[in-house]
Amino acid sequence: MAKRKPKLAVWKFSSCDGCQLSLLDCEDELLAVADTLEIANFPEASRAVVKGPYDLSLVEGSITTSHDAERIHGIRRASKFLVTIGACATAGGIQALRNFKDVKEFISIIYAKPEYIETLKKSTPITDHVFVDFELRGCPINKLQLVEVLSAFLNGRKPNTPPHSVCIECKQRGTVCVMVAEGMPCLGPVTQAGCGALCPTYARACFGCFGPKETPNTPALSQWWQRMGVSDSDLVRAFRSFNAYAEPFRRESELHEK
Amino acid sequence: MKSRAIKVDYLARVEGEGGLLIRMKGHQVSEVKVKIFEPPRFFEAFLRGRKFTEAPDITARICGICPVAYQMSSCHAMEDALGVKIPAPIRALRRLLYCGEWIESHALHVYLLHAPDFLGYEDAIRMATDHPTEVRRGLRLKKAGNAIVNLLGGREIHPINVRVGGFYKIPPKSEFLALAEELKWARDAALETVRWVATIPIPEFERDYEFVSLRHPDEYPFNEGRIVSNKGLDIAICDYEQHFAEEHVAHSNALHSTLKERGAYFVGPLARYSLNFDRLTPTAQEAARSAGLGSVCRNPFQGIIVRSVESLYACEEALRLIEQFEMPDKPYVEAEARLSTGFGCTEAPRGALYHRYRLDERGLIVDAKIVPPTSQNLKTIEADLLQLVPANMGMQKDRLQWRCEAAVRNYDPCISCATHFLKLHIEQE
Repeated sequence: MAKRKPKLAVWKFSSCDGCQLSLLDCEDELLAVADTLEIANFPEASRAVVKGPYDLSLVEGSITTSHDAERIHGIRRASKFLVTIGACATAGGIQALRNFKDVKEFISIIYAKPEYIETLKKSTPITDHVFVDFELRGCPINKLQLVEVLSAFLNGRKPNTPPHSVCIECKQRGTVCVMVAEGMPCLGPVTQAGCGALCPTYARACFGCFGPKETPNTPALSQWWQRMGVSDSDLVRAFRSFNAYAEPFRRESELHEK
Repeated sequence: MKSRAIKVDYLARVEGEGGLLIRMKGHQVSEVKVKIFEPPRFFEAFLRGRKFTEAPDITARICGICPVAYQMSSCHAMEDALGVKIPAPIRALRRLLYCGEWIESHALHVYLLHAPDFLGYEDAIRMATDHPTEVRRGLRLKKAGNAIVNLLGGREIHPINVRVGGFYKIPPKSEFLALAEELKWARDAALETVRWVATIPIPEFERDYEFVSLRHPDEYPFNEGRIVSNKGLDIAICDYEQHFAEEHVAHSNALHSTLKERGAYFVGPLARYSLNFDRLTPTAQEAARSAGLGSVCRNPFQGIIVRSVESLYACEEALRLIEQFEMPDKPYVEAEARLSTGFGCTEAPRGALYHRYRLDERGLIVDAKIVPPTSQNLKTIEADLLQLVPANMGMQKDRLQWRCEAAVRNYDPCISCATHFLKLHIEQE
């Protein structure tokens, strides 16, 4: 008898859809992936829905409504493995900038009838709500790392995604350090690798898409930036982007807030 | 009288979260709601206090499918505010980047999201079992578009190489020339795509829309031009808010846009095509005619053909731009902060995308307004369903529901954008 294909589900919460699009962006691998896995629930790609349980759930987006805070528990219960993909799911995303402000004021800036809008005060990562088996970082995720994660879970091994900083990737590529050589304030030393040190190869300083690396020394980096003439308000903005609510970046930004 | 409803809780093959509710009494449709429950993300609010230089990277995060559009509209708005003039070679490269996004986004919609509706498959992966050549062609075409965005933008989703004033770094000419070979294949594949979609059974349906798009004196529009319509609108981008309004309705986390004088309107490929047919290349015009289109197309189901024609155009345009590549003296023009207001409107794959920013003297954003294509089309989508459902009452309910879903997908709605929108409920009381 043919072996049952493992069932893959893709779920969306508050996000831009870019990380799940990464799966469709695997133009060369997509049909092979579909051959190996049963794509059981992936609304962006298919109207067919196969009931759970699922062998692997990919979760994109952050929790921003009470309905979503409930929904994620159902998904966890239906999933053998749950992997969060992207900065929204792993850190709350750019929409977590509300966490530093009064969300009611935000609603009234955009919507004429605030009473129609239902939202939580904070945008939070999935791991704040349920147990997560693995977090894949990035804004957006790197599609090759996504294929690695799928392959790892299919084969019962740990995904091979390096936890070191973007700096190591610059060295691996032979890219000259933009901070040392060009005096550009760069987030590379505290940012997790995964993008392939893209920005420095385009003559631009890292701006932290992949969020904090493990054990980032953010205060030391801030001191360097300050010596380069970067103001406190610019430091706050630098740490407050797509991974603003990731603990090390949040803490560092608060240190520089007046 | 018997009443029924069509209900789609979670609309598939669209970007983002929405649904559809259609209530019917006998042969009358009593209510159509395209429901947008994608949670709001408050971009216009948290842009306040950010630097003008951050807008392209932050607004890109509104949409993972068309980040280039957000980067282009925000750059143009900031440059308008700060009086920055963009040299011709940088302008040409922006056009090239946009060609890449159009090819990628249109190939995704034509092959993976929309064609399965007409051929009766749940998705492109199931469609690939019977139509492997076509699906593989679509994926390769998509990849060819992405290759442009990858090279010039650094990566296909949320490119890193776009800045106010131009680019951080411009890759050498040799790397662009290396793309040309695959783009020649892509051009032929895009022509094959037009021929293929012309053979697909497409429902008949027409309405007298007000089409709105950019129009440029010489070019098929991407980044510049006046905002025009087929009902007499002809305005500068900075006058957008005098003519268009946004309203907040209870069933939608996306605001609905209207023309103040005439109500619902239509943005996107059909509008662009119908207002700019004369600006297409002869090959694209010829392909459109062979596929049975006139110079104006009022059947939104034929959007799949129009998108294919636009892909062909974008491949040809990209090849022309690469052939005429000229390295700018500097990759970008410096912009100086000043107290100002700027306006930008560019043609995202799904239609006109409007940005307006007010800046203080330090270059910090005081307020921002972003109007994405999907929120401009919401009223028109609801109006289409209002006509489509009574005309197809004889259909079995599941067929009718599928037809309604396809009618929404005609617009390639991007709900993530619109909330910055979809779930289908068709209900019979």
